[in-house]
Amino acid sequence: MDFRTFIDIGGSFETIVTWLRNNMGWLFSIISDTVNGMLGVSRWVLQTPPTFVMIAIFTAIAWFLASKGVAIFTLIGFSLIWYMGLWTLTMSTLALVFSSVVIALLLGVPMGIWSAKSDKVWNIMRPTLDFMQTLPAFVYLIPAVLFFRLGPVPGVIATLVFSLPPAVRLTNLGIRQVPKEIKEAALSFGCTNKQMLLKAELPVALPTIMAGINQTIMLALSMVVIAGMIGAGGLGNEVLRGITQLRIDVGFEGGIAIVILAIFLDRVTQALGTASRKRTEG
Amino acid sequence: MALIQVNDLYKIFGPNPKRAIPMINKGISKGEILKKTGCTIAINGATFAIERKETFVVMGLSGSGKSTFIRCLNRLIEPTAGEILIDGEDVMKMDQDKLREVRRYKMSMVFQNFGLLPHRNVVGNVEFGLEISNMDKEERRKKALDAIKLVGLDGFEESLTSELSGGMQQRVGLARALANDPEILLMDEAFSALDPLIRTQMQDELLELQARLHKTIVFITHDLDEALKLGDRIAILGPDGRVRQIGTPEEILAQPADEYVKRFVQNVDRTRVITAATVGGRAATITYPREDLQAAIRAMERNKTSSVFVTDADRHLKGIVTIDAAVALQKKGEKDLASIIKNDVYTTSPSTPISDLLATAIATGYPIAMIDDNGHFQGAVSRAAIIAEVNKGYEGSDTEMPQTLSDLQDALQDGE
Repeated sequence: MDFRTFIDIGGSFETIVTWLRNNMGWLFSIISDTVNGMLGVSRWVLQTPPTFVMIAIFTAIAWFLASKGVAIFTLIGFSLIWYMGLWTLTMSTLALVFSSVVIALLLGVPMGIWSAKSDKVWNIMRPTLDFMQTLPAFVYLIPAVLFFRLGPVPGVIATLVFSLPPAVRLTNLGIRQVPKEIKEAALSFGCTNKQMLLKAELPVALPTIMAGINQTIMLALSMVVIAGMIGAGGLGNEVLRGITQLRIDVGFEGGIAIVILAIFLDRVTQALGTASRKRTEG
Repeated sequence: MALIQVNDLYKIFGPNPKRAIPMINKGISKGEILKKTGCTIAINGATFAIERKETFVVMGLSGSGKSTFIRCLNRLIEPTAGEILIDGEDVMKMDQDKLREVRRYKMSMVFQNFGLLPHRNVVGNVEFGLEISNMDKEERRKKALDAIKLVGLDGFEESLTSELSGGMQQRVGLARALANDPEILLMDEAFSALDPLIRTQMQDELLELQARLHKTIVFITHDLDEALKLGDRIAILGPDGRVRQIGTPEEILAQPADEYVKRFVQNVDRTRVITAATVGGRAATITYPREDLQAAIRAMERNKTSSVFVTDADRHLKGIVTIDAAVALQKKGEKDLASIIKNDVYTTSPSTPISDLLATAIATGYPIAMIDDNGHFQGAVSRAAIIAEVNKGYEGSDTEMPQTLSDLQDALQDGE
């Protein structure tokens, strides 16, 4: 006898997805509109100015936040992207990353705080995050497409789900690691819960939270490329074209652009994290 | 009325802690209770009163519940049972708003590992408490700067706390606690994390500050020397979380309440704690000019001493007259003492520890006069009394006593 007729795991998941699609359509269209709006704004900001202005801005950001070396790398790397003719695609990838990361942080940091405050919440959150992180990234694409059709919106949603966990985890960790004496000191001076969070816990946890934000951005970038498979656009499309048409040149150029973008984002956010760590640890 | 009155306070950690109290009262041991109920007793029926403006030291070894105790006072830890009255109000019955008010305005705490905020500079840390109580920016900055000056950190206002040494960091902690001018200072092993030299220096500074500010200080320590140095009164906690003795440093040294306290105080340098007033006493005195030479000689004969102190009618010390000088004067047939009153006699305050008097006592031929803060003569300390007190500390211990050379030579000859 086939036990799968009793407990059909895949089938039940499909049922749930179908039910959601039929009954929660309004919710998905609200989400879809919001994400679309965010994407539109970030694309407009990134793609409207002339390319050389944008390269100058990125170089300046690297100079002031990270170091001279990173700034030089940015200047050469982004000029190379421009030279390869991938500028518009790179900016649209950046817009996808930016939108997913903003949403991931808006959801992830509060979830992290909540997990740090309650062991019960954390006990539920932890396996959920494990699930989200270890489920193969491609699997997210299917329900994302079913709910949001093809295009950049399901790309952002899938990226969001994939990159959310480190933000939650490291916010939770950062707050739990605040030394007991600092919490006691804050309490002993008559802190309310809100003051405790805003004036003691979050600032002390900031370096750890920044590390989480860095991780979130890097995961988002890697997922955005995979999301090219469902028509998210950007560099992912270019890489996909290289694979499907077996064109090494196209794939390689797309890949190089992604690497340059990744290094830029990593160094700059890491520098932000180090700055806050320096402030708290000396 | 005492400022802080603690009545029958219990703190028991573990599931359903209240059921352990009747077991404690039946005299069941700590270990037995832990085995039966899973409850650990931290504070075991503590009762005492802390007076206004005194430094009350709670002293105990680790695990005696002293840190738990201080956290019960501001309810960082919720006590299991009992009463904590501050100005007659029970802290344990306060709601969150009232409790927050007490924490903000009435008492501040200083922590062993400072508990400073690493992302703020010195002044930012010091004004933290004021900021929490929503004081406006300029006023709190001003008060914070005053507090920084008070602890001698001026010039470091903008430094990051991580750039400061341990002693300086604890000054920040102290300034933060003093900034809102609370009536009560709770100090939890405040100097225990500092190295010994800095610790001594901080203790001296705390004493100086206290002489100026007159706070009510509850000081927790595991270091008996620190307790004896800082405390007006000391409560000694036993390993069972029970208060073993409460008293002034001298009372605790002179009359330890039980074996535990006795063992504890055994190795203390008594001479640093026992004061002139304890070993000193009344001394032969005459009032000049009301009394004359005859009175002086009679006073010395009566008291069997070789000298007599001379005071005026208001008990201000004028000097000392020795028997030799008095007899010589009598032979000359004069009666006025004025020419033989010597003023090279040493004086001290009654609260000076005898360790500070020892060298003087050996050097001088006269007793050391005790004069109180108002300049009144209070009696004298004889050399014999000081040396006897110093010796008392060595009684029964295995210290090696010096021997005379002849004894040593005899011993050597016997050996051959």
